[in-house]
This record gives sequence, C-alpha cells and structure tokens, in this order.
Amino acid sequence: MTTLDTGVRAKRSLAAKVASGAGGGVLRVFLILVAVFWLVPTFGLLVSSFRDPTDIAASGWWKVFTAPGQLTARSYKSLLENDAITHSLFNTIWITVPATLLVVFLGAMAGYAFAWMDFKGRDWWFLVVVALLVVPVQIALIPLADLFGRIGIFGDIIGVVLFHVGFGLPFAIFLLRNFFAEIPRELLEAARLDGAGETRLFLTVVLPLGAPAIASLGIFQFLWVWNDMLVALVFSDSESQPLTVALQQQVRQFGNNIDVLAPGAFISMVIPLAVFFAFQRQFVSGVMAGAVK
Amino acid sequence: MTSVANTTGGAGALPTPAAEPGKSVMGTRLWVAVLFLLPAFVLLGALVVYPIGYSIWRSLYDADGSGFVGLKNYGDIFSDDATLTAVRNTAIWVAVAPAVVTALGLIFAVLTERVRWGTAFKLIVFMPMAISMLAAGIIFRLVYEQDPNLGAANAVAKSVHDTFVSSSVYPGARPNATASDLKPSGGGSFTTTGTVRAGTPALLPLVGIAPDKLPGTPENAKAASGSGITGTVWLDFKLGGGGTKGKVDPGEKALKGVKVEAVKDGKVVASAKSGADGTFTLPAKADGARLRLPASNFSAPYNGIDWLGPTLVTPAIIGAYVWMWAGFAMVLIGAGLAGVDRNLLEAARVDGANEWQVFRRVTVPLLSPVLVVVLITLMINVMKVFDLVYIIAPQPSQDDANVLALQLFLSSFGGGGNEGVGSAIGVILLLLVLPVMFVNIRRLRRERQR
Repeated sequence: MTTLDTGVRAKRSLAAKVASGAGGGVLRVFLILVAVFWLVPTFGLLVSSFRDPTDIAASGWWKVFTAPGQLTARSYKSLLENDAITHSLFNTIWITVPATLLVVFLGAMAGYAFAWMDFKGRDWWFLVVVALLVVPVQIALIPLADLFGRIGIFGDIIGVVLFHVGFGLPFAIFLLRNFFAEIPRELLEAARLDGAGETRLFLTVVLPLGAPAIASLGIFQFLWVWNDMLVALVFSDSESQPLTVALQQQVRQFGNNIDVLAPGAFISMVIPLAVFFAFQRQFVSGVMAGAVK
Repeated sequence: MTSVANTTGGAGALPTPAAEPGKSVMGTRLWVAVLFLLPAFVLLGALVVYPIGYSIWRSLYDADGSGFVGLKNYGDIFSDDATLTAVRNTAIWVAVAPAVVTALGLIFAVLTERVRWGTAFKLIVFMPMAISMLAAGIIFRLVYEQDPNLGAANAVAKSVHDTFVSSSVYPGARPNATASDLKPSGGGSFTTTGTVRAGTPALLPLVGIAPDKLPGTPENAKAASGSGITGTVWLDFKLGGGGTKGKVDPGEKALKGVKVEAVKDGKVVASAKSGADGTFTLPAKADGARLRLPASNFSAPYNGIDWLGPTLVTPAIIGAYVWMWAGFAMVLIGAGLAGVDRNLLEAARVDGANEWQVFRRVTVPLLSPVLVVVLITLMINVMKVFDLVYIIAPQPSQDDANVLALQLFLSSFGGGGNEGVGSAIGVILLLLVLPVMFVNIRRLRRERQR
C-alpha cells in the first residue's frame, strides 16, 4: 500500500501506453530533471563534506568534476577527532534508544489494555488519547522547562528522554491499540485455555503478533527523536546535547564552518538513511501515519 | 491523524481504526487494567496534559510571572512588530506551503505511474523525509549561498542571466588614460576623441586587469593591418613591465570578445567584436566614425539573487520545506491513486476526454478525500515549522523570516525573557489545531456507533 512501488504495480492503461510512446519522451525528460533537481542539494553537501576548507571557500562543489583530486576525507577525520562532536553523537544515541524503547513498550501495554480489556470508561480514556494526538510540542516547552528545573533534571538527558516519551505516547497507544484490536480473538482464547495470564498473553501472543505495527512505530519514533533539534535545544545543556544541537551552534558562522557542518550533517544522516533504505515499508507507513505529530 | 491512518492503513500494513476492540478474553480485573495503563497515563498527565493547563494559566501573567495581566499577552502578539511579522509569515506558510507540496505530490504521483522506473523516482523524492530538518537546513544554506561561485542556486541564476544578458568580459578594465585616445563617455563606456580611417588601424589599449587574471588562455596581441577599418584591443601591460605605452609590444595579451561600436553623430553605425588576437574589422560605412567601447564590456558581474535577504528569505525556506515534504504528499496520493477504479478513467477516455480532462474531471475529484487529508496534515505541520527557519535564515534576516514557533522559542529561551508571551503563542498554536482534534474525536465516535 503505502510502500513506494504502488504506482508501478497499478495497471498501466492502454492510453498510458500510447502516451508513453508519444508524449513519453517529454515526460521522461521532465521526471529525470525533477529527480536530478531533488538529488543535487544533498549531493552538493556530500561533495562539500569531502573537500578541504580552503577549496570550499575558493570554488563551488561542482569544481570536483574538473578537479577530482580535491576530494579528501580530512574533514571527517578532524570531526571524529573532535571530542565535543563525538560526545554529542553518543548523547544522541543515549537519548534516542531509551526514548524509543519506552514509548514502544508503554504504548504497547496501554494499547493492549484498550484493545482487549474491559474496564469502565474505556472509550472515554481512549478519546483522551486521540485528543492528545495533535497537541503541538511547543506548548510544553515552557511548562516542562519550569517543572524539570524544579525537580532538578533540566539539562539532563533524562529530561529530553521524558519529553519525547510524553509526546510519543499518544500516537503509540493509538497505533498499537488499533493494530492489536485486529488480532483474531481465537488466538487469544487459545492462549488463555493454555492457562496464560494477562501478562503472559501480552508478552507471548500480542507483542509478537503486533510486530509489524511495533516496527513501524519504533522506526518512526526512533527517527523522530534522532532528528529532533527543538526539544534538545531547550532541555539539554553542553554536557547532554545531541548532535543536532552541537551542529546547530556552528550554523551562525556558516561560511567558515562548512568543513564541520557538511560532514556533521552527513554523520547525522547516515543512520536515518540506512533505516530508510533497509526498512522502506515500515518507514513509509510509520511516517505516513505519524506525520501530524 | 486518524484520518491519515485511515487512508494509508486501509490498504495494508497499518490497521484500520474501525476495528471494534474485543471483549476481554479473561474478564479482566480492574487492577490489572490499571496496571497496564498507569505508566502511560501518569506520563501523559505530567508531560502533556499538565503543560497545557500551565501554559494557559501562564499566558495570563506578565514576563516574570508575578503580575496577572489578563489577555494582554495575546493583544501584544498582534500589536508588537516582531510578533506580528511572525503571525504574518506563519499565515503565508500555511497558505502557500501545503498547497504547493500537495500540487507537486499530485503531479508526481500521477506522472510516475506512467514510467517503468517510477519506484526509483519515488525513492529519490521521498528520501528527504528521512533526514532531520537541521540537515535539510544545512543543505539549503549551501544551496542559497550568495556567491555564485559557491551556492548552486545562484550559480544557476547567473548562468541563466548571462545567457540572456551578455555578460561583461573584462569587469574593472579601463583605458590607459595617458597613452590612449579613449575617454569616458558616460554610463561606463569609453569613446575615442579622434575618428577612425580606413588603412590606419586604431589602437585601443586597456589596463586595470592583471595579465594572469584574464579568462582562458589569451593569445598575444597583434597590431592590425590592411586597408580596411581595423584596430586592436589589448592589455597594454605585461608582467615584469617594459614596452611602450600605447603600442602593441611583443608579449602583451590580446583582449578577446570586446565589443567595439562605430559612432557617428551619437548613432551606432556598425559594431564588431575583437578576435582571439585582439583585432577587429569594421565595415566601410564606419569610415570617419568614433570608436566606442560600450559599458557592457566593463560592468560589474551579475552576482545572483539575494535568496536569504529580507524579501526572499521566507519563499526560499518554503522551497526547502517543499523539497522535504513533496515525497510525503506524493506517496500518500499515490496510495490513493492505486485505489482509484481504472475503469472510470477508461470510460472517460472512451467518451473522448483527453488526458488533461481525465485528470481534471475524473482523477482529481476521485482523489479529493486524500488531497484534503494531505492538505490538513501539512497545514498542522507547517504551523509548527521551526528548525528550517532557525537554521536557514541568517542572523540579519531572522526577524524577516520569523514564524510563531520560532518567536515562542526566542521569547522564552532565546533571550526574549518573556514566558508570558511565549505561553500565549503556545496556546495560539494549540487553538489552531483544535478543529483537527475535534474532527478526530468525532470520527472515532462515529466509528464506535457503526
């Protein structure tokens, strides 16, 4: 469905075949131009990340087509030897992994309760979750900065993680509850006849069967937190800041710092792009469903 | 959001929200349910619900939170210049960006169906969705660099400009004032005081550029000869000095491509361009005319567009946003398109509709539910745009590019020192998404009743 190849699998109509014969040439050229247009910005930064600062200041990145000898990995080397940057890269990981695992696990527990447990006011509580889906993160910046300051976690990694968990949960609960509700009742009843309690049912039946939705959610949440700058900008300090915040501080002197910014941006992009290419289907469905966040 | 899951989920990986949750298989005891729900709801209460209440309360107090000011902060947002710019820009964003993204997504979705490598195309256009707004911001800062030698956008702008407007060949060059007959004649051009005669080659020496800064590999200048109306344009200077001023000395470089006009009574009667050896030849009717070197030979080079200046900064950042999100619209609309009944399109074609009419009258109306979902999703997203503006707008243009989410940050954490106004902006952002919240809730309740 939401995978990228929908269009191709769609039946090609007769008229489309005729069109691809006559007007197809123009169409193809147009689409190739668009694709090039979409690739060039990223490619330009990629090339820049492999050039010397002096070369970057002297000429555009397209110069490498005539002077391929300019390519060097020196910027990456000095960036990875920069303790502040590597430290922030690890912070990104320490923030992203717990924020993702917590959202997935707590969201799955609540999603299971909403899908398969009877309790008074279930529909009303779920309505609350749905209402919270579109709450903008901006509204919580000031209150939580104040709250975290009072309990002494402002500037700590745990504050950043908590913020992401809070705003990741509504979507997680919503998505997983809907998926869990589709699990055939017979499977759960069979497990119950085998003597499984709610906890075992949840861990051994519901979680494995919910794997596709959990994967989509996990990938979406992982990328959301990994790519976040705003929350970390407010809630982290120089010790706990992730890569996005560390790089952001270099942007003000953009022209002088391309040798830090270009390779830094690519290091921050490697994981998301790898996830994108490895898990296209889950990635697309996760992004599609969570885009409103 | 519910709506998004609906459209995309209908066909595959994501579940349809319509599914009725099952009766418990165990007759759950209440405390078990509470145990499963408690962690999530404690966190939601403390991290999402409480902040909403706090923000509303805080927005009614002044900068340091000591004095109650009622709705004054809201009034200030719409009267203060800085915040008013933010309001206006956010309105522009909401009006323009979602429409452009959706239109492009629709075009791409429809067109990629017709080529075999549509998947590769979609992959490329969708890829920016994976990267952070920070990375996208850095990518586009580089694209929009002012210097046409560094920024791709201005490199393209410059080459387009230079294709249509003949670019100056030797900016900064000027006649050798003492050794030459050429005198400034207004507007940056130079004209000889004497006239040119057939058989007497004209000498037009220029200085003001270094011989090693000449474009290409210039030939040595050659003194023109012959019985026609000829002359030479050259650089009357060579590295290491030597030679006579006003004479074509061996080793002095020719200036190729300089435009020479023959002027009689203020009218151009003929013109020529100097060749690789610096010589030019004018037709016979130029006999007795003065020679003019028009300003286009010397004008300062075109320096591209000021993308990140005050006027264009918001459109430029919207461009970066479109680059990021077009893939999102394309894939959602593509999924909708896959569900469209091809027979309807075929029937329209059989009835004699051309491809445009099929698109306009059949495809678009059939897709309108998806298009609305995409538009609304993007609007919600665009209201909160922060990172792109914060990264791409350079410091001097930041005020001109300001948006609500950025102003909230600046007011509260970026030195503005006014959490009252910051909270009020947060509440406004929440109010703006309330309609969508109600639509989601109503949709859920309808599904319950089915």
